[in-house]
Amino acid sequence: MDLTVSARPGAHIHDAHASHDDGSKTVLGFWVYLMSDCIIFGTLFATFGVLVDNIAGGPTGRELFDLPYVGGETLLLLMSSFTFGLAALNMYAGRKAGVLAWLAVTFLFGAGFIGMEVHEFAHLIAEGAGPDRSAFLSAYFTLVGTHGVHVTAGLIWMAVMTHQVWRYGLDGTVKRRLTCLSLFWHFLDLVWICVFTFVYLRGAI
Amino acid sequence: MSGANSHPSARHDFGHGDLKTYGWGFGLSLLLTALSFAAIMSGMIPRGMMFPAITVLAVVQLLTQVVFFLHLGTAPEQRSTITILVLTLLLIGVIVFLSLWVMHNANVNMMPTLMTPDQAMARS
Amino acid sequence: MFGKLTLDAVPWDQPIIMGTGVVVALGGLAVLGLITYFGKWKYLWTEWLTSVDHKKIGVMYFILGIVMLLRGFADAIMMRTQQAMAANDAAGYLPPHHYDQIFTAHGTIMIFFVATPFILGLMNVVTPLQIGARDVAFPFVNSLGLWLSVMGGALVMISMWVGDFSATGWVAYPPLSELKFSPTTGVDYYIWALELSGLGTTLAGVNFIVTILRMRAPGMKLMMMPVFTWTALITNILIVAVFPVLTVTLALLGLDRTLGMHFFTNERGGNAMMYINLIWVWGHPEVYILILPLFGAFSEIIPTFSSKPLFGYTSMVYATCAIGLLSFFVYLHHFFTMGSGANVNAFFGIMTTIISIPTGVKLFNWLFTMYRGRIRFHSATLWTIGFMITFAVGGMTGVLLAVPGADFVLHNSLFLVAHFHNVIIGGVVFGSFAGMTFWFPKVFGFTLNEFWGKVSFWCWLVGYWLAFTPLYILGFKGMARRMNHYDHADWQPYLLVALVGACFIGAGILSTLIQLAVSIRDRKKNRDLTGDPWDARSLEWSTASPTPFYNYAHVPQITSIEQHWEDKQTGRAGVMPATFEDIHMPRNTGAGLIMSVFGFLLCFSIVWHMWLFAAAGLLGMIGTFLARAYNRDIDYYVPAATVERMEAERHALLQKAA
Repeated sequence: MDLTVSARPGAHIHDAHASHDDGSKTVLGFWVYLMSDCIIFGTLFATFGVLVDNIAGGPTGRELFDLPYVGGETLLLLMSSFTFGLAALNMYAGRKAGVLAWLAVTFLFGAGFIGMEVHEFAHLIAEGAGPDRSAFLSAYFTLVGTHGVHVTAGLIWMAVMTHQVWRYGLDGTVKRRLTCLSLFWHFLDLVWICVFTFVYLRGAI
Repeated sequence: MSGANSHPSARHDFGHGDLKTYGWGFGLSLLLTALSFAAIMSGMIPRGMMFPAITVLAVVQLLTQVVFFLHLGTAPEQRSTITILVLTLLLIGVIVFLSLWVMHNANVNMMPTLMTPDQAMARS
Repeated sequence: MFGKLTLDAVPWDQPIIMGTGVVVALGGLAVLGLITYFGKWKYLWTEWLTSVDHKKIGVMYFILGIVMLLRGFADAIMMRTQQAMAANDAAGYLPPHHYDQIFTAHGTIMIFFVATPFILGLMNVVTPLQIGARDVAFPFVNSLGLWLSVMGGALVMISMWVGDFSATGWVAYPPLSELKFSPTTGVDYYIWALELSGLGTTLAGVNFIVTILRMRAPGMKLMMMPVFTWTALITNILIVAVFPVLTVTLALLGLDRTLGMHFFTNERGGNAMMYINLIWVWGHPEVYILILPLFGAFSEIIPTFSSKPLFGYTSMVYATCAIGLLSFFVYLHHFFTMGSGANVNAFFGIMTTIISIPTGVKLFNWLFTMYRGRIRFHSATLWTIGFMITFAVGGMTGVLLAVPGADFVLHNSLFLVAHFHNVIIGGVVFGSFAGMTFWFPKVFGFTLNEFWGKVSFWCWLVGYWLAFTPLYILGFKGMARRMNHYDHADWQPYLLVALVGACFIGAGILSTLIQLAVSIRDRKKNRDLTGDPWDARSLEWSTASPTPFYNYAHVPQITSIEQHWEDKQTGRAGVMPATFEDIHMPRNTGAGLIMSVFGFLLCFSIVWHMWLFAAAGLLGMIGTFLARAYNRDIDYYVPAATVERMEAERHALLQKAA
């Protein structure tokens, strides 16, 4: 079997009926995966909702949550969503330098968010309000922490994509992956809306 | 193969916006976030209305970001994307609702420490 | 650095386990030796381990399922033997803690590492061919999913000799599964084996949804897809919908055990019922995930062997969708007795009764398909008829259990055990063997030996009824499940009959192994020259047997629900095309296997609290994935001349057969 030919897209006769990969399959697949991620968060929210009042004599949300601080975190994440949008606009316009710049800014905002969150968690644990204190705290740390892990993964991905943009330019593969990352990054802000509303603000009522 | 949009038969399951859409999305989200925090922190809303208020504000902001950041609309090529999203949200709703209903009933029936003996007697 | 892992982890003092270990080790060495002796390492690596071909991945899933079936069956026969012996003062030969691990392993293995690989195997082999595609949407991800499943199975297997396995039952309810009451590594092995393989299954779900939605041949509208593809679509939607719930639930249990959290503990506000609630939100759709593809397989087999189109295509599709939708609204029937109250029980009881209706619609459609057909009693037909009778009874006992009042008497009795084995064996197992028989020639180019196939069927049919009818009776008599010993002497005769039944099933499994060996030996005699050994109806039967790696030289144009049948009627079948084109194909890659091996390292290390190794495993997984992401040479074009040569060879065979 002579399979010595490597990918040489120009040389083949185009099979007009084949399902050609214009990137849309990948983006749809990523969207479906993102839906499964939504369900992970849905389950974590359900768990939080069931366990929120199980404080086992320990601290409540109202005692622990610093709303202005959370407002700061929210602002950072929202800004990062906006700046990622600016990166995407540069991508569609084919401006490599613009993409690199705005990805870097987005990364900084995202890293700032994570920094604030790690600080908050460390402070709570030091006060004896760690995830092992009560079911409420287990649910809180896991829900918010899972979101934080996703953001961190997104930051790693963003760093890799920045490198790939720098190295390969804005070719089809890179653009496809940036589109997926953009869906992921905006989705994380959507989840955060639910977090600050139903965990922090509701907890302070 | 160059850009994702250069192929003649490229699908557009996700649109892409322009500076205006991102700007509006950002501005509206900022406003809605501020209103949510104010609803809880300012004391201007009666306690009983706080949770409904922030819920409504959250739903509006979710829709705002879906439209302005994810560029999801009612265009025919986006039908399947929206359908998948709606089905997922419905499913989450079912799972959350059923879980809360089941667990509430289980707690009420099976966690006697959560009620006084008089309450327990009154139940049967 | 080695956490909790010491040489004491090996159960040196348990002869049964050590003996099994010696046999397995010798067998494994023999296999490795044979591969070396025949010089097949390169072949194995290039043709199988790094393959991204959906047909080969499907075969490997099936091999995983059959191998794990042997382990799961070994557990079963040990349980049957123990229960047949341990009446009154007899203690049997299995101490309770060991027995508990066996029934836990039996259930876990059968569901996750036998039934799930069988359905993923069938869907992998058949779905792309049925829709006229050349592969699935994401071939690399397909390979990754397979190897993650294999590594999950490896974790379960290694637990036998390094540490122990969970002894909590296959659903691992807390508080028993919490660290306080299960302090050993068993439950951790369970959690991480399922997290690893569950990730693989979820990836497969995403893959097939995109494949079916985006890669159908032109002209194949949704309502023109074969029913097997419809069931595959709904199954994969269910997979993507509920496996995240399993992932979260097991992770929360893991967090309780490893980081001292309190989701499901007795103290500090934990609520064990939430685990039960969540695990069955996953668990009920899971059983529909297992059965729907087999319903689809039957919908292909029955028309073929009745020489008649499927009756009621539209209602079949709607019934499948209805089952998928309703499956989210019945889950509480797994825990009617746990105190949710009458209203909740009534709702879920009624919904459970309702979900039997679309299944009934399917059954009637199959019967109406056979009515006035010209039925050929091939072994695939026998498996199908055996399924229809057996599964129907199982469904009826399910509807009985759906009544909360009845369930209060029968919950966790052997009646329940008989019910679910009734539907799983009657449905999933019989269906898997039917599907394997039906599609085997398509993959391998020769048919399976019919005699041994029929022997296997009769052994399984007799074996199932002998093994489980006594359990129905014992359930009514009040015998609970998972009993290590008992003091009702009058139960023993039933359990002896059940043991005989299990032996018949063992004979059935042995017959299948013999069937495979004999068929391979006789492969030249049973060569399928036409690609269509059964005079079948759907598109996959238009390809050669075995199908060339690129599936279709030309993507077909679809004008009928039964495209191949229509082509045969109109004379378009088997016509050699005039021109050929280069075909775009993905390259093989070892990244899926390597990532999964790192995944095994990660999960094994978490079980034993070897945090450095765990970090290495995680970094290895990420690093391998990044290496894949930076690999720019992941596809190639098959020259048109090669395609033409292969198609010409096929055409020559067709002429020879005519």
